[in-house]
Amino acid sequence: MAYERKFKIGKPILEVNNISLAFGGVKAITDTSFNVLEHEVRAIIGPNGAGKSSMLNCINGIYKPQQGTVSFRGQVVPNITPNIMAQMGLSRTFQNLALFKRMSVLDNILVGRKLHTKTNFLEVALQLPKVKKEEKLNRERSEEIISFLEIEDIKDTPVGKLPYGLQKKVELGRALATDSSIILLDEPMAGMNVEEKRDMCRFILKVNDELGTTMVLIEHDMGVVMDISDRVVVLDYGKVIGDGTPDEIMANQKVIDAYLGVEH
Amino acid sequence: MKPIFMTYTKKDLINLAVCMILSVLIIPTFIKTEYWYTSILIPWLCLALATIGQQIVMGYTGQLALGAAGFMAAGAFAMFNLILRVPDLGFVGSLIVSGLIAAAFGILFGLPSLKVRGIYLMVATLASQFFIIWMIDKFGWFKNYDSSGIITAQDIVILGKPFTTPLAMYFVCLAVTTILTLLAMNMARGSTGRNWMAVRDMDIAAESMGVSLLRTKVQAFAISAFYCGVAGALFAFCYLKSLEPVAFDIKLSFKILFMCILGGLGTINGAFIGAAFILLFPVLLNAIGNNVFHGAIDATIISSIEQVIFGLLMIIFMIYEPLGMAKLWENLKQSMKSKLSSSGIKSVKSPVFKK
Repeated sequence: MAYERKFKIGKPILEVNNISLAFGGVKAITDTSFNVLEHEVRAIIGPNGAGKSSMLNCINGIYKPQQGTVSFRGQVVPNITPNIMAQMGLSRTFQNLALFKRMSVLDNILVGRKLHTKTNFLEVALQLPKVKKEEKLNRERSEEIISFLEIEDIKDTPVGKLPYGLQKKVELGRALATDSSIILLDEPMAGMNVEEKRDMCRFILKVNDELGTTMVLIEHDMGVVMDISDRVVVLDYGKVIGDGTPDEIMANQKVIDAYLGVEH
Repeated sequence: MKPIFMTYTKKDLINLAVCMILSVLIIPTFIKTEYWYTSILIPWLCLALATIGQQIVMGYTGQLALGAAGFMAAGAFAMFNLILRVPDLGFVGSLIVSGLIAAAFGILFGLPSLKVRGIYLMVATLASQFFIIWMIDKFGWFKNYDSSGIITAQDIVILGKPFTTPLAMYFVCLAVTTILTLLAMNMARGSTGRNWMAVRDMDIAAESMGVSLLRTKVQAFAISAFYCGVAGALFAFCYLKSLEPVAFDIKLSFKILFMCILGGLGTINGAFIGAAFILLFPVLLNAIGNNVFHGAIDATIISSIEQVIFGLLMIIFMIYEPLGMAKLWENLKQSMKSKLSSSGIKSVKSPVFKK
């Protein structure tokens, strides 16, 4: 990239060390290691069933890998759970949308502010002044995100009623609301048309650029991946077959074979 | 709409004012028959309060729980024993502590919700229903070793003043219900309610946002049981005026469940609508039986018809309007408004459960 980045790519923020995950006898991931540097856009690609989503689920603590560890800012995270990772500053979106369907867009994004909400239920019930203050701050931040994502006109609509592309945006908004230092995006552009994809790319790059948020994304559209990511890791059959800059990946024979299909 | 006081918008405050004028001024001036207070208004308020408890755990947090009457029994007998053994607490103090005792049971019986869900959780929570009733029956201490099986509830005395007339008791129930309803609304609309609904709609995403499933579920069960406990104490002291475990059997739990579903899951006003409907419907059917058919239909048949119609209504609501009567009411208001404004543009409003 030619222009000067506000947030220079730094030290590894997230390291995946020798992770192996199996469901019964089916091996999803085998002895996989890679890292993510602070402030970079990192893509994970690979054919269907390569173990990409499983990888994210391991990082996020939804799946418990049989082997291997995940390190955050240089320290191994013991007893990984989604909650612990959220508290450490890792947020995510899901492949098949995991929004709170009956809640409005604004409320969905407000749930993302959970870790910035310190008041307990009694204080909320009594509506103490500090609850109002905190709620006001959280609402302001959520409104900021809503206008950033250009979804002001739907903010009071229940998300279940929205079309797919907009739901994906809301999910990104919810992840942004956490103010996390790293966000995992599981196929943020799946099922979108060209225009929506372009919008989504713009949002991802803008967040990375302005807030310095580290982005890890799984994506199938090669054009998009090569355009927006700093580094790419390629998985196939649960193993890393390529890791490097987009240019290196495009020249990697193993990757080309995996995508075009040659006999192994 | 912007909230102007606490979480309430101008519309909420108008609604509140209307309800208060109606219940504090108009009802006591125009309704003089004791029957209305002792048989309709007091049980309505008590059961609506218990239904709010059921709403919190089922409508907002999405945990299928069935055992509200068990927590009500815990609250009622806690109240009896507190007034008997710790008279210094006073009525209001005892009411709060009995709610807390019920909440402790709520925490205990809410723990299975971490491992089981859906219909299995419903079966697990039934344990609370049977265990609490069994415990009260088994240990004479809870009933102060009364051999008759039915204990008379003590008189309500607040700050040295007795509240024994039906009207006075109505005001006690009204005050408690109003305060707890407002608190429930604050929670439901604030960050607490958002956590509940997040767990209900997509627990794994909620957890990834930092919402602790353990804390949120147990909290919902505890608050729900607190509401049921207070409601149970009022139910025993203002409506039944006696304490017997049989009054809090599984049938009452089902009644509260129906009130919750018919009223509209995930709504606070639905609790009041549902409770009113289930209480008034049999009265209405009886009136029809007596006045239209002049007693030609046997009372037992009428009560069977009642069950049939309830069953039918449940099925109809589940299919056509899962959000219950509160949603119907909201839709009605909405269509009236759009007819009045005649602009032809239907405003897309978020449904009643978030407001």
